[in-house]
Amino acid sequence: MKENVVIIGGGIAGMEAAKQLLALGYCPILVEKEAQLGGHVAQWNRLFPDMTPASEVVDGIREGLGGANIFLDTEISFINKLKDGYSVMLSNGVNVVCRAVLLATGFHLFDARKKEEYGYGIYNQVITNRDLEHWFNGAPDERIGGRDLSKVGFVHCVGSRDVKAGNAQCSKVCCITAIKQAIELKEKFPEAEIYCFYMDLRLFGKKYEDFYIRAQRDYGIHFLRGRVSEVSEDISGCVCVKAEDTLSGKPVKITLDLLVLMAGMVSNPGVGQIASTISLGTDSDGFLKSRDNIYGIIESERRGIFYAGACTGTKTVPETLAEARSAALAIHNYLSSSGL
Amino acid sequence: MIERFASGFHPFVLPFMFGMVFVLGYCLYGLVHIYLQLERRERRQFLLSLITPATIWKNVRDIFLNCLIHVKLWKRNKVLGYMHSSIAFGWFMLIVLGHIECWVYMPHRMKLFYYPIFFNYFVSENEATVGGAIFFFLMDFFLLVVLSGIALAIIKRVRSQIFGMRRTTRPSFPDRIGLYSLWLIFPLRLLAEAFTADISGGSFLTVPMNHLFGRFLGDSMHLLPTWWAYSICLGIFMTVLPFTRYMHIPTEMLLIPMRNAGLKIIHARRGFAKAQVWSCPNCGVCIDACPMNVKKANIKDATVYLNRQIRRGNEKRIEEISDKCLLCGKCTELCQVGVDGPALRMAQRAMRDYAYVPDYKNVTAVGSISAAAGAAAGAISGAAALRSATTGAAVLEAASDSSTAASTKASTGGSVLYFAGCMTALTPAISRATESLLKKAGVNYEFMDREGGLCCGRPLLTAGRYDQAREIIKKNRALILASGADTLLLSCPICYRIFAEHYKLTGIRVVHHSVYFQELIAAGKLKISHSGERLVFHDPCELGRGCGIYEQPREALSSVGTVVEAAESRGKSICCGGSLGSLTLSFAQREPITKASLENLCAGSPDRIVTACPLCRSTFARYADRPVEDIAEVLDSAR
Amino acid sequence: MMDFGFSLSPSSTINLDKADLSLLRKVRALEPDVDICMACGSCTASCTAGPFTGMSVRKVINDLQRGRATEIGKMVSGCMLCGKCTMVCPRGINTRHLILSLWRVYDKEAAR
Repeated sequence: MKENVVIIGGGIAGMEAAKQLLALGYCPILVEKEAQLGGHVAQWNRLFPDMTPASEVVDGIREGLGGANIFLDTEISFINKLKDGYSVMLSNGVNVVCRAVLLATGFHLFDARKKEEYGYGIYNQVITNRDLEHWFNGAPDERIGGRDLSKVGFVHCVGSRDVKAGNAQCSKVCCITAIKQAIELKEKFPEAEIYCFYMDLRLFGKKYEDFYIRAQRDYGIHFLRGRVSEVSEDISGCVCVKAEDTLSGKPVKITLDLLVLMAGMVSNPGVGQIASTISLGTDSDGFLKSRDNIYGIIESERRGIFYAGACTGTKTVPETLAEARSAALAIHNYLSSSGL
Repeated sequence: MIERFASGFHPFVLPFMFGMVFVLGYCLYGLVHIYLQLERRERRQFLLSLITPATIWKNVRDIFLNCLIHVKLWKRNKVLGYMHSSIAFGWFMLIVLGHIECWVYMPHRMKLFYYPIFFNYFVSENEATVGGAIFFFLMDFFLLVVLSGIALAIIKRVRSQIFGMRRTTRPSFPDRIGLYSLWLIFPLRLLAEAFTADISGGSFLTVPMNHLFGRFLGDSMHLLPTWWAYSICLGIFMTVLPFTRYMHIPTEMLLIPMRNAGLKIIHARRGFAKAQVWSCPNCGVCIDACPMNVKKANIKDATVYLNRQIRRGNEKRIEEISDKCLLCGKCTELCQVGVDGPALRMAQRAMRDYAYVPDYKNVTAVGSISAAAGAAAGAISGAAALRSATTGAAVLEAASDSSTAASTKASTGGSVLYFAGCMTALTPAISRATESLLKKAGVNYEFMDREGGLCCGRPLLTAGRYDQAREIIKKNRALILASGADTLLLSCPICYRIFAEHYKLTGIRVVHHSVYFQELIAAGKLKISHSGERLVFHDPCELGRGCGIYEQPREALSSVGTVVEAAESRGKSICCGGSLGSLTLSFAQREPITKASLENLCAGSPDRIVTACPLCRSTFARYADRPVEDIAEVLDSAR
Repeated sequence: MMDFGFSLSPSSTINLDKADLSLLRKVRALEPDVDICMACGSCTASCTAGPFTGMSVRKVINDLQRGRATEIGKMVSGCMLCGKCTMVCPRGINTRHLILSLWRVYDKEAAR
């Protein structure tokens, strides 16, 4: 009989790990609290740096999941430590005993309403990166569609690199996402002037810098080094943004038709309860604490508990997939050595 | 009653006399010293109050209720209240009755200071009278009262929790001498009077003790030593008094009339401030009151320690303590003496030497603010002179030159000027909701700082930069008077307080939005429906303790939902931790304060936390597990 | 050594070799957070006094770190201590205390 491995979280990390574990001859049990698989990525439209449709990535992994046990709309009721393994109780009444559990609980998108001075949820012209992706995906949004946009702003680092928001860490993907979305918006509204308000542009990944150059050269997107401090609304229904252009050393004011807030990745608050029942630590950034942040990032400090993806910190899609595969391999090694 | 000694004197009274003369001399010196430190205007004000019948009556009542009965302590904790009033009032009655006794029986000895105190030693009861019995009974009774208080005081030293105090101060060495001599005075008096009871007479306490002692001691050899000991203890207590916390007893009797005269702290070390510092009884109530005390942090920064350090002249610590404080005012609210901790600290901050003096002479509202104000002036007042002056600085100049003229010209207006304040610019939901409510109620208003404005000056004031604050006030005042509005509406209690206290906007009503909206609801101009939600109201420090506004916000909220109370609210409300009052507290140091305050607010498990201050709201929203809203938002979102 | 006239022009450059960081040190002793600024400019953008006076906390900090005391002197006179910059600072710097500390230790004569 095949050995069970419980995977908590059906985003791309959980799915990819399930796929690999299936191939290695295990019986992965994928538990997802939402009604469908794919997590945040499934809600995205296209992915940098090659504008790959997000659905392509999710569907590609899903194809390899034939035979896996998948529980949707299901949460973890509790986890008990057994002598050699864990007993996982699911909210649908199913109880699974296994020797290895993989946490792929992912991240939480920062609630932009908390940065009140940006006016998300107050002004109709202020949206988030997620809202924009939904709109790219065809979801109607009266804040964006149905009118001409002549001036659009992107605010980087919303709820990240911000101790006031409780997240000192860099969210890593927002810079490149802002550039990607700015380009996509410019394609839809060629006449629009687009401004990106950044603190530092952190374009570290493969072809990211190319993307940046294209945004400047081919799309004429303006980059302004200064963090937006407050947003107000004017009588004509536009939003007025205040920032400092730190490079010219002058305060700037600009009136915009649309302001997109790049809400950052923050630790998933929902994982707290699971983590505390099996006493998993959290790192200083609020994410789950790995055994070691260099060579043991996919291992927890508890035997038999493994991590994959953004539950241990902000990650890109390729990083997450790579981690999911190495987590599957680590589980395989763990089960085959401790089984003897 | 007859005298036992023709001389009416015995050397044992000398220690008492020494102490008495010393402490009276010291107090007289202190009184003159403090009086001379008052400014000329203050002296006049003080003397005038001492001959005004209303203040005389108030002084007598306050001294009786506070110094003798300790009513504030009774409200806080009954055992603590009893302990203090039994000692103070009991002792007071012993002294008064002693003097009456002496005046009734030995009027010719009244001029001797010590005679009424040691009356029982000097007299002999030749015949038992009803009057004498009543005196003896009362004397024994009040001695018993005092002794019960002393017993409680001893218990309190060991277990302060019984008295509702979690933390208290450690007495200094002179404090201990004073304390132990105080504890000894009354048992010794009991012994002395018991030994003398067969000669001078006694009552239910002293007579049985006299019989008891007589039975197993058999002689009266112990009589004189106990009177000596009693006198020595009194002498010690009074001699060390100026160097102990007990100095608060005489000082408070000066502080009360000074406060009733309306004096304010001007200089942190002189005059009225000095009376405040020396009135501190070192009880430590302010340690528990201080919102900074979470997890035993900042304990040594409570007002009691500020007073102690000022007495000791430890400048480094005085500065630290003064700069750290949130100025929430809770210590003053709970202090039974009423030491004004925040005012002392602000005065202390004002004493500091600054190498650099900012000035705002060049701050002329060329841009948005005066344009807005100009527009407002035009729109509201219709004053022709101002209507033409819509371009920037001209309005400010014109207004500051002839601000009174402008205000009289504009008085025909009759509308609201809304000043949101700096902090509200960071919480646009508040100004939006306020505007929406004003529109719903059909109020004619102008948004003064929609596109920015000047600071109100309160932050400069709390930092002790009085001159700079005055400059800002002058500029804002001119703008407001020029607007022609008859009501100045404020969202921020920080602004509200300084506008109400320092702006002198004659003819213009200064009102906080929580009060204004309550009035609109009461007048039926705002229709609000009840949602049944549980709401808790956080009293912002500047609005509640600062301006005494507690009820109107709750009344307004009760039309939207069910108002539940926090564990500590109103005057005891706990600062959100975001206060601009603190100069040095870092962001990280404020976090536990905010969390503790949130915990206090959530005691009644509310669905929503409501406040009336943009700064409280932003601070709470950072860590709250449920929605935090301003009262304007809650009222506006109700259907 | 012969001067060929190519040395740095003092007015248009910041010569870190000659920078006088004594003011920075004095401020740091009172407010250590002066070192953790990441120059995002939020403080300047939200500044109440900025539009009237050109006040910029970010520039003040930068000038402190570069030893440009004269420039600082021109700027800090407009601050009204309103605290908005402290509220918006993503690094949680106590900017109000920083300005107050600067007012305390600033030496007008030495800055000339």
